[in-house]
Amino acid sequence: MTTPLFAIGPAPLALEPLVSAIAARSDGVDGAIVTFYGLVRNHNQGRRVHYLEYEAYEPLALKTFGRIDEEVRERWPGMRIALHHRTGRLEIGEASVAIVTASPHRADAFAACRYVIERVKQIVPVWKREYFEGGDVWIEGATADPNDSKARAEAERIACA
Amino acid sequence: MRVTVRLFARLRDITGSAEMRRDIPAGATIRTVWTELAGEFPGMAPYERSMSSALNADYARMDAEVHDGDEIAFLPPVSGG
Repeated sequence: MTTPLFAIGPAPLALEPLVSAIAARSDGVDGAIVTFYGLVRNHNQGRRVHYLEYEAYEPLALKTFGRIDEEVRERWPGMRIALHHRTGRLEIGEASVAIVTASPHRADAFAACRYVIERVKQIVPVWKREYFEGGDVWIEGATADPNDSKARAEAERIACA
Repeated sequence: MRVTVRLFARLRDITGSAEMRRDIPAGATIRTVWTELAGEFPGMAPYERSMSSALNADYARMDAEVHDGDEIAFLPPVSGG
């Protein structure tokens, strides 16, 4: 079965098939593949975290992955990306997000990878509920607005710093 | 006409439902639906400034007109990654 480049769901994440899927689409021009795993951490804002639960509006999340892909190719022509996000209960140390970028030059692949995770945090309709010692709380980050050009510019600034 | 409303994360907790049906008048916008729900569930009101809305699984502005059978979603600030 071919691994899709974009996916969201409860299955555990694996980078290897994503790297293979990206590499299979190369015609020899790639000079670098960069990978990123976002992991569930055992502490947050002074709290001891037990586990996280992720929820998503999946159809919109997938469309938003496609939008991020378009943004990346606008900024870095020829860049190819893969992006998987997990939902459901995740234990400490498990991966919640996996990103792979490929391009002729490493600097662009690193920058695009950082850009993708920043945009995921800004505009993808996913929410995490943190279960910590003594309670639980929905984490609320950014107001999602894909057309907010300031947020997009900020993601690009961080990526290219 | 009748629409489906999807609610996520804390908004789902506040209302106690992930999905509901609502009858709305012709010419209604996403804002019409939000205002009605926020009246019914006052805990939602503080989210008016920070949430996003979607229409048929695409981000949409609050002034977007809704039609019979549409799916409207209200999304609190996101925290993926």
